[in-house]
Amino acid sequence: MPPVLVIARLTVQETSRRRLILALIILTLIVVGFSAWGFNKITTVTRSDGTPLPAQQVALITSQLLIVVTFMYSGVLALSAAVVAGPLISSEVESGMLLSMLARPLRRSEVVIGKWLGLAVLIAFYAAGSAFLELVAVDWATGYLPPHPVQLVLYVGAEGLVLLSLGLLLSTRLSGITGGVIALVAWLMGWIAGVVGDIGTGLQNQAIENVGVISHLVLPTDGLWRGAIYALEPDAFLATLRAAGTVARANPFAQVDPPPTSFLAWVALWFAIVLALSIWSFRTREI
Amino acid sequence: MADVKKEETRTAPAPAGAAGTPAIKTVNLSKRFGRTVALAGLSMTVPRGEVFGFLGPNGAGKTTSVKLLLGLLKPTSGEAWLLGRPIGDLNTRRRIGYLPELFRYQGWLSAREVLALHCELAPLPRSSWNDEITSALDTVGLTDRANDRVSTFSKGMQQRLGLAAALLGEPELVFLDEPTSALDPVGRHDVREIIRGLASRGTAVFLNSHLLSEVEQLCDRVAVVDHGRVIASGTMDELLSGTAVKVRVEGLDAAAKATLSSFGDLDDEGDQITFTRLEAERVPELVSAIVALGGRVFEVAPRHQTLEDRFLQLLDEEEK
Repeated sequence: MPPVLVIARLTVQETSRRRLILALIILTLIVVGFSAWGFNKITTVTRSDGTPLPAQQVALITSQLLIVVTFMYSGVLALSAAVVAGPLISSEVESGMLLSMLARPLRRSEVVIGKWLGLAVLIAFYAAGSAFLELVAVDWATGYLPPHPVQLVLYVGAEGLVLLSLGLLLSTRLSGITGGVIALVAWLMGWIAGVVGDIGTGLQNQAIENVGVISHLVLPTDGLWRGAIYALEPDAFLATLRAAGTVARANPFAQVDPPPTSFLAWVALWFAIVLALSIWSFRTREI
Repeated sequence: MADVKKEETRTAPAPAGAAGTPAIKTVNLSKRFGRTVALAGLSMTVPRGEVFGFLGPNGAGKTTSVKLLLGLLKPTSGEAWLLGRPIGDLNTRRRIGYLPELFRYQGWLSAREVLALHCELAPLPRSSWNDEITSALDTVGLTDRANDRVSTFSKGMQQRLGLAAALLGEPELVFLDEPTSALDPVGRHDVREIIRGLASRGTAVFLNSHLLSEVEQLCDRVAVVDHGRVIASGTMDELLSGTAVKVRVEGLDAAAKATLSSFGDLDDEGDQITFTRLEAERVPELVSAIVALGGRVFEVAPRHQTLEDRFLQLLDEEEK
C-alpha cells in the first residue's frame, strides 16, 4: 500500500479505536430519532377550524425546520473536523510519535496528505450518512424531501473539509488546542461575517456587503453553507423569496441563488492552496 | 546543506560500490537554532559494522546530531552521508533503524500492529512481516504482550517496542538514542546483548548514551562532544591509554588539593581523590607530596583509566 494510504488508514483506525466514530453514530441516531418525532408533530398541527394543515404548508414548515436541523449537523461536522484536525500533526510531533515514522522512507507530504485523506473519508461518510438518515426520517415523518439532497451532502461535506484543511494547516505549526480553537473561531467569524454581508445586502450598502464576500473568499465555510441552504429550499419557497426582493436576501437561513460557479472554482483552488501551504509548512518544520 | 534539500526525493538504490563507504561520514556539520549553536562543525567517520559511542553532557548536541543525520532537522551548513548516500535520501532510510530518545508509539495499536506499521513503511516484503515481527518481539522480550494495546505498556516496555521497531528488516545501520533510559538493570543487560548481536552480524550501531560503563563495554569507537563539537574521538584503546589513580586521604585542605593539581586533573570527592590521568611511575612521587602537605594516606589504587575518568578529564580540559 502506498505510504499516503497507510497514513490515511492509520488516521481512520485511530478515530475508530478511540471510539470517536461510535460516539458520532450514537449521537446522530439520537438526533435523528428526536427530529423524526418533532417533524412528525408538524403533520398533527391543525388550523383554527380543526382541519389539518395543507400539504404545501407542511412542506414549507418542514423545509425551514430542516434548514435549522442541517445547521446543527454542519456545526457538529465543523466542530468535529476542527477539534480532530487541530492536533493531527502537532500532537504527534510533540509526543515524538512521528520521529520513528519519519526516519522511514516516508515523505512529509505523504504524512500531510495521508492524514487529510483519512479524515476527509470520515467527513464524507458522516455527511452522507447523517444526511441519508435524517432525510429518510423526515420523509417518513412528513412525506417531504428537499429538492437537491446530493448537493446538500456535497456542500455540508465540503464545509467540513474546509475546517479540516484549516485545522491541519494550523496543526503543522501550532499546538492542538491553539489550532483547534483558531479554526473554530474562524468558522464562527465566517458565519457572522456572512450575516453582516446579508445585512449589507438588505441595506444595499456595498461596503458592508463586501464583508460577506471577503469572508467567503478567506474561509469559504459560510459560502458553502449557503449552498446547503439553497439545496434544501423547495421551489415554492424560492419563488416567494425572489418576489420579496433584497429583503429576502438579508436572511442567514435563506438563500435565493445557488453559489456561483466562480465561487466553487475558488473553493477548489482554496483547498489546493491550503494543502500546499500545509505541506510546505510541515516540510520546513524542524522536529 | 544542499544535500538536505533532497529530503523529498526517493532515489535509486545505492550503488554496489557504496558498500565500501563508511556507515556515517560528516564534514563540518553545523546546526544553529536562532542564536544558539547546537552543533559547531561536526566531522567524524563511523566505519561499517562497528558499535560507535557518541558521548557528551546534556545539551552537547548528541540528539541534534542524530536528527540531522536522519533528516529530521536541516543542517545550517556542512555535509553528511549515511551508507554512502547524502543525508535525506529516502531510499537509504530503508536500511536504517532508529530508536528515538523521545519514544512514543500509537497507544491504540497492539505491539504487533505497531511493528506491522513499521514493516509497511520500511517497506519490507509482506511475506517477511510475520517472521520479522515475531523475531523482533522475541529479541526484546515482548512476545507475551504482542497483542496487547501499547497504551497498557510501561515506559520500559514501550522502549523495548521501539527497539524492536529499530531492528526490523536487518538494517545496516541502527541509531539508538539513549536506548536504556527507561529500562531496569535486566533490561539494560538485554539491550547490551542485542547490541552485541547487531555488531556480530555486521550492523553498524550509533549509540547515544549517558551510561559510560555501558558504552565502555560495548563500543569499538567513541566520540566525545561538548558544546556542539567533537573534543575527542578514537578507538577505546586510543582514548583510554592512561592510568587513573584513586587515593583515599585525610587531612588535606582545599589549598593543599590545589597544589596536587600539578599531578594532572583530579576528581575531588572529599576523602577520595581520583587523578584521572597519571602515569603509574609517578605514584610514589604523588604519595610523598601528599604526606609533605600533611595528608594521611589510607589507600592508593592505580587502575586503568575508565571511560568516565577520561570523559571527565576531557570536559575539564574543555572548561579550561
